[in-house]
Amino acid sequence: MAKQKAPGIPAMSNKQTLMHRIKMDKWLYIIMIPGLIHYVLFKYAPMWGVLIAFKDYNPYTGFFDSTWVGMKHFVQFFSSSNFSKLFINTLWISLLNIVLAFPAPILLALLINELRMQRLKKAIQTCVYIPHFLSWVIVASLTYTIFSSTGIINRMLESLGLESVKFLTSTNMFRPMIIGQSIWKGAGWGTIVFLAAMSGVDLQLYEAAIVDGAGRFRQTWHITLPAIRSTVIIMLILRMGDVLDTGFEQIFLMSNALNRSVSEVFDTYVYTLGITQGSYSQATAVGLFKSLIGIILIFGSNALAKRAGESGIF
Amino acid sequence: MKSKAKEPAQKLHRNDTIYSRIFDVFNVIFLIAVAFLTISPFLYVIACSFATEQEILTRAFFLIPHTFQIESYKYIFSSATLPRAFLNTLFITITGTLLAMFLTVTLAYSLSKKRLAGRSLILSLISFTLVFSGGMIPTFLVIKGLHMIDTFAALIIPGALSTWNLIVVKNFFEGLPMELEEAAKIDGASDLTILGRIALPLSKPVLATFSLFYAVGYWNSYTSALLYINDMKKWTLQIMLRQIIMLANGVIDGSEFDELATRPPAESIQMAVIVFGTLPILLVYPLLQKHFTKGVIVGAVKG
Repeated sequence: MAKQKAPGIPAMSNKQTLMHRIKMDKWLYIIMIPGLIHYVLFKYAPMWGVLIAFKDYNPYTGFFDSTWVGMKHFVQFFSSSNFSKLFINTLWISLLNIVLAFPAPILLALLINELRMQRLKKAIQTCVYIPHFLSWVIVASLTYTIFSSTGIINRMLESLGLESVKFLTSTNMFRPMIIGQSIWKGAGWGTIVFLAAMSGVDLQLYEAAIVDGAGRFRQTWHITLPAIRSTVIIMLILRMGDVLDTGFEQIFLMSNALNRSVSEVFDTYVYTLGITQGSYSQATAVGLFKSLIGIILIFGSNALAKRAGESGIF
Repeated sequence: MKSKAKEPAQKLHRNDTIYSRIFDVFNVIFLIAVAFLTISPFLYVIACSFATEQEILTRAFFLIPHTFQIESYKYIFSSATLPRAFLNTLFITITGTLLAMFLTVTLAYSLSKKRLAGRSLILSLISFTLVFSGGMIPTFLVIKGLHMIDTFAALIIPGALSTWNLIVVKNFFEGLPMELEEAAKIDGASDLTILGRIALPLSKPVLATFSLFYAVGYWNSYTSALLYINDMKKWTLQIMLRQIIMLANGVIDGSEFDELATRPPAESIQMAVIVFGTLPILLVYPLLQKHFTKGVIVGAVKG
């Protein structure tokens, strides 16, 4: 008995000090409440709501009374002919984004970093950051007006005696247009992180390299690139988590009936299935599958990075 | 910060070889070309919005129209729908930004106090939302369950707290000097007084930056209106913009493709609509730029 009681005493006093601490910080707890309620309602309630992926959700019977169906919706989805099409379309866009759109801001940052005239550097940065702040609706609208069959690009092609290209409706042009948009919108803004990492490099390293006779390319290769390495890896890990997340708005805004065979991805399919057709459970299953792959990839790439001796993000 | 940025420029002059200079020339030309390509679609659309139909269809790229007209803007303002969408979006942006800043600051300030019991648990629960979310449909059902469909609340409240912004603001509060707070505490000030009288006045640049970020987010948001608003009277500018451009291109809602369905709006009107939807962003951009390069964003990635 005595043995059991002994650890009880410090626990009691711990409890008292805890109560005391909470009382001391009561205002901090009070002002947290609205923000926490927001998280519960709009972040955690939907997380709980993914359970409808395992139910036959019926709006009339409600969330709790809908019947459990286990993995039915997943099995149905994986065995449907849609699955492979969606998977391939999504992977294509992601792959092109990682191979082409991901390195673009790194290259751009390296070049901007080499500029000597500070004013010009500022001016160029000002220009390339702008598209980041435009909505996808604006970006898609600009694309539609400029690349339409009567748009300026096609008129220029025709005046050069070339054949006009169906940029907006041909299935071959869909992916290049998406990647082009991503680079146009994101490359400039993406440089901020890398430029910041570059500005943190100890200048003595460059001086030592110059004394050793290293040219500018070698300075970049041996000093600047290693300096931004960990930033690049962190960005890449974050990017990996989004492999199946192609960004709903951009794809949705650029897809139309004629390019649907290549433009339908997981994100747009969830919308069509869930919102347009009202198959909430099936759509949630697709969304959940996508999120789970994202989690696996982000933790997996993080673990890989750590094994390779990098710091990772967790 | 500024002098540090200038040093590498001076340093590089020391090893001027001919190759290095040639590289500089090409680099400058290339980057100017990139900068121009980035903003040229925009400049062209602005020019077109003031040009005549004839000129748009016959001339190639131009930045200054031969004949200047403002008919397209007159048309936009004479219609009932677009000014209403503009006012809707303005209302959503202003109330949304105020709410978002209130939620972000209050939560971030409390979480910036390392002594707070339960802090790390709350922080990890919040960070978890960065890697996993319920997704579109469960969120839609929650909004629907809260009877927020077809209300502005659906466009304002769910987006009023961004985890990235929260973490950066929290990190900023953590960096504020403790001495002031301790002194105020000795004088008997409550945490609320300290937040209002000491922390907030010291964080004006950060508050300005994130207000602008939230405002841009609200102004640009499209998906939430697409999902939660059916009533045309409550349409936002982005939805309206999309509709006009799709109508003009014969693609309505991305599902129909019939060029003869409706008479498309004239080219210059489309262009004017795009300018109209972007102008507010371009107006706040210089304000934004003043702050975001100061490492606010970088804090997000490193944090």
